[in-house]
Amino acid sequence: MIEADKKRLIAAFLSLVILAVPGSAHAWQEAKSGYEFMTPESREMQDDDFENPGMLTVEEGQVLFVTTANNGKTCGSCHGDGGSKLDLERIAQYPVYSESLKKPFTLRNQIHFCWDERLQNKPMRKYSDPRAIALETFVRHQARNKPVNVNIDGQLKPFYEAGKAFYNQRAGQLDMACTNCHHDFPGRKLRGQTLSQGHSNGFPTYRLANSRVNGLHERFRQCQHRFRAKALKSGSEEYVNLEVYINAIGNGLEIETPALRY
Amino acid sequence: MRQEFNRLSEVTVLLLLGCGLVMSAEENPALEPYYEWQIEAFAINAPLGGLVGNPENGRKIAITRKKGNCIACHVMPIPEVEFHGNLGPSLTGLASRRTEGQIRLRIVDGKQLNPTTVMPGYYRNPRYFNQVRKSFKGKTVLTAQEIEDLVVYLMTLQ
Repeated sequence: MIEADKKRLIAAFLSLVILAVPGSAHAWQEAKSGYEFMTPESREMQDDDFENPGMLTVEEGQVLFVTTANNGKTCGSCHGDGGSKLDLERIAQYPVYSESLKKPFTLRNQIHFCWDERLQNKPMRKYSDPRAIALETFVRHQARNKPVNVNIDGQLKPFYEAGKAFYNQRAGQLDMACTNCHHDFPGRKLRGQTLSQGHSNGFPTYRLANSRVNGLHERFRQCQHRFRAKALKSGSEEYVNLEVYINAIGNGLEIETPALRY
Repeated sequence: MRQEFNRLSEVTVLLLLGCGLVMSAEENPALEPYYEWQIEAFAINAPLGGLVGNPENGRKIAITRKKGNCIACHVMPIPEVEFHGNLGPSLTGLASRRTEGQIRLRIVDGKQLNPTTVMPGYYRNPRYFNQVRKSFKGKTVLTAQEIEDLVVYLMTLQ
């Protein structure tokens, strides 16, 4: 075999190896917040708490936080008025692994649990109940500027892997996966919109597109609906796993709740 | 996984594949038949169902959000529409770079050429789709006629 042929064979083999490991390397090397992809005007709006429309939802959450429940308690009974006793490092670690449930537990799962069990309120039937989103927005806002810190080395690992598979799984008539835009094309334009890396550090986040604060699972639903897939339920196993994966690939990004996005 | 396998097997039979599934009438009576197509030398040279395209309709389809929506991802010589996307290459002068058959294949099912493309297959066989919303089940994104309209329109982009 002549030298050129050998080289060509090696090149072909190497490219096969590279192509055969989907998702082994990110199109982006360094995680960047969606903030970096917004216009200067939108960034200013997010940075100013008086201008940021998401702050209204923070306030709604704050009111719920101190509202007396059926058993005479408030969130503040345990977590301090205004959330002064909340463990901010812990907030940045969600979803965490629940030993009793043997699966990941999201921050919003925790809020539902407190609401239903600790406060003995009339249970919120839906994961996407606006009150749960408002409370989540308020609580996560307390951890603003803390770096996202999901631990996927331990028992969350298989759920992280399942979330990654979902991230890479095409769905819907338009046959797209998260990865096709947010991994391959951050910074590029989809019509007037700049694609981001699709991180979750700003969630729950105010969307200019629908003029309200959106939870992460609600945003998943909007994406999937848009590419003509049957959106899954907020709080579904698939979306919880996806939250584990997406939060984890944004480890180190500072929490911006409530961020402002398109 | 299942999809990846599907895609792989598609690539293997690239030359013979016609995706010849005809949707049965009982499944959804409103559906038009799925016309078979064949790839030869990385192109679909025969118009779908032998249909003749209309370039004016094609131009409309290219800028209609719920149809082709080509401008979402491609810069096109359509100045009256703002904010063309840039996920894909510019389509300006496309017909001087590609043959009609090459253009048709890229619109019908570009994943036959590039399995990791973000571009939807506008006439991809619907049986390959996963988790599809009910109202789109068993349907292609565009009809065969709309594909042909687009192809003749894009062929005017010299």
